[in-house]
Amino acid sequence: MTTLQQTPPRGRARIPRRVRQTTGATAAARRGDARLAWIFVAPSILGFLVFAAYPTLRGMYLSFTDYRVLSPAEWVGFDNYVKLAHDAQFWGSVVTTLYFVVLTVVLTMAVSLATAVVLHRLTASTVLRSVVILPFLISNVVAAVVWSWMLDAQFGIVNLFLERIGIDAVAFLSDRHWVIPALSLITVWKTAGYTTILIFAGLQTIPVQVYEAGKLDGAGELAMFRRITLPLLRPIMAMVLVLTVIGAFQVFDIVAVSTKGGPANASLVLQMLIYDKAFGQFDFGYASAMSMALFAMLLVISFLQMRLLRADESDQG
Amino acid sequence: MSTLVAPHRSLITRRSRQPRRPGRVVAWVYLALVVAGTVFPIYWMLRTALSSNAGLLASPSSLVPVDFSWGAFQRVLGMQTGAEAVAEGGSGASISLALPIRNSIIYAGVATFCQVFFASLAAYAFARLQWRGRDVVFRVLFTALMVPGILTLLPNFVLIKELGLMNSFAGLILPGAFFSAFNIFFLRQFFLGMNGEIEEAALLDGASRLRVFFRITMPLSAGPITTLSVLGFIGYWNDYFWPLLITSDESTQPLTLALAVFKQSSPQAQPDWAGLMAAALFAALPMLLVFMVFGRRIVNSLGFSGFR
Repeated sequence: MTTLQQTPPRGRARIPRRVRQTTGATAAARRGDARLAWIFVAPSILGFLVFAAYPTLRGMYLSFTDYRVLSPAEWVGFDNYVKLAHDAQFWGSVVTTLYFVVLTVVLTMAVSLATAVVLHRLTASTVLRSVVILPFLISNVVAAVVWSWMLDAQFGIVNLFLERIGIDAVAFLSDRHWVIPALSLITVWKTAGYTTILIFAGLQTIPVQVYEAGKLDGAGELAMFRRITLPLLRPIMAMVLVLTVIGAFQVFDIVAVSTKGGPANASLVLQMLIYDKAFGQFDFGYASAMSMALFAMLLVISFLQMRLLRADESDQG
Repeated sequence: MSTLVAPHRSLITRRSRQPRRPGRVVAWVYLALVVAGTVFPIYWMLRTALSSNAGLLASPSSLVPVDFSWGAFQRVLGMQTGAEAVAEGGSGASISLALPIRNSIIYAGVATFCQVFFASLAAYAFARLQWRGRDVVFRVLFTALMVPGILTLLPNFVLIKELGLMNSFAGLILPGAFFSAFNIFFLRQFFLGMNGEIEEAALLDGASRLRVFFRITMPLSAGPITTLSVLGFIGYWNDYFWPLLITSDESTQPLTLALAVFKQSSPQAQPDWAGLMAAALFAALPMLLVFMVFGRRIVNSLGFSGFR
């Protein structure tokens, strides 16, 4: 990489003087390059400053204010955070979110690991891989609308099927015990194909020789899966795990379209609560504090992931 | 990749002659179930959209369209009168997708173009130009990858509101258009690996850097640029949260939002399921078409995009 970076100046030194109008071609060209470079990165720097760096700092600031959009933000110190600590609805929402995250992540990981392994061992068909990835292309809104219909209490195909095999109909999206599993099912349908492809890509990096050696040693299919596939897949599984966890923590579209947090707040996940605080009650300061709390949780997860990955490296080294 | 797969396949064929058939059968059954579970909702969307609402309630579990009708599609395109809609068992809730489709095309198209274009400029500067401060700037921009959307969402909304850009395409597009850490990283990697000799030759012939960039580097990078454009377009086309915050009237609402509004305005008791599924199909169809054209490219690049 470094050698490639150094190539241009060396090449340019060979440029005959007459080609460039200015004398001292190299220096002039390099100065020109530098000017062009700044012009090229200017839009990105501007976008970064205005729509990433500034909002991040401002979000932190707003979390220490009472801000209701109509009047200017008023500094209140840690009030929002103190309020947050005693807010039963917030903690209820944390529990709901965690329940959703655990369910979704376990299901997604199990289904996508199994599918990736089966795909990898049985066939190299690109068509099948493409079919599996289809839901990834469909928006969360479409997924939520379609599944709302399929999970309909009276006319939904899922319930009609359950009735056929002798199980009573369930009002999946309006029963407070079933709403999170139902939302989790929709999310798994939407995302498992994507994680399957990621894990599949990981499987392809495992050298075939390792399996051949395993076979020579008389290892069975299951033993090879446990002793070879799983350990070698750990780094990519750790990455997929974190992607899935962070994605599940920020679930919004599917909840907003199919249940809006109901029934009776049974699916009021954190992002939904933040949205409701900000745009339902116009309490932007408090909503910002909640965003910070959610961000803190995501940070902890990322930190744990780094630990996990580092452990992997030391295993292999 | 194919070199890794090929020997493996021969390994499998050899194994299949051994008495491991039951395991393979179970595996194929599992795969068939996964594929069925993946595809069925998409088929069900089509089947429902081609039915009439009255027919749906009469025989809800029929696997083929009941009382076949294009009515739902006509309805969501605003080509059906209220009386006709009610006759088909539709509800009063109405929707016309023409404007939302236009809005989605503008939003996703312009935003994707800007996002990829400005990222290529920056990536080129980071990969192939010599300038003081390059590595520092790169590292600073790169920290943005750590910041999750939730943190910037509310402040960005406030900012757009203060700029008076609510309900405008500018408000929709600006926040993501100029800066994309992932795209810069992705293209920088590609530019670093490119052979510089053609560029050098062009510079020797007296071409300007700018000309080299547009006439040589960009065309040579068509592959990765297409990949990023397709992924970006899918992301913007499916985006719901940001448009939900920024747009409140029909002149700028994209398809996802129109669909959600349609669902929420549909009465709880007797929703217009056929119409909803037809509208959902319109929202999903372009992505399915994009997929048919770029399918292999998407599948292959997803492995990399996972490192986002």
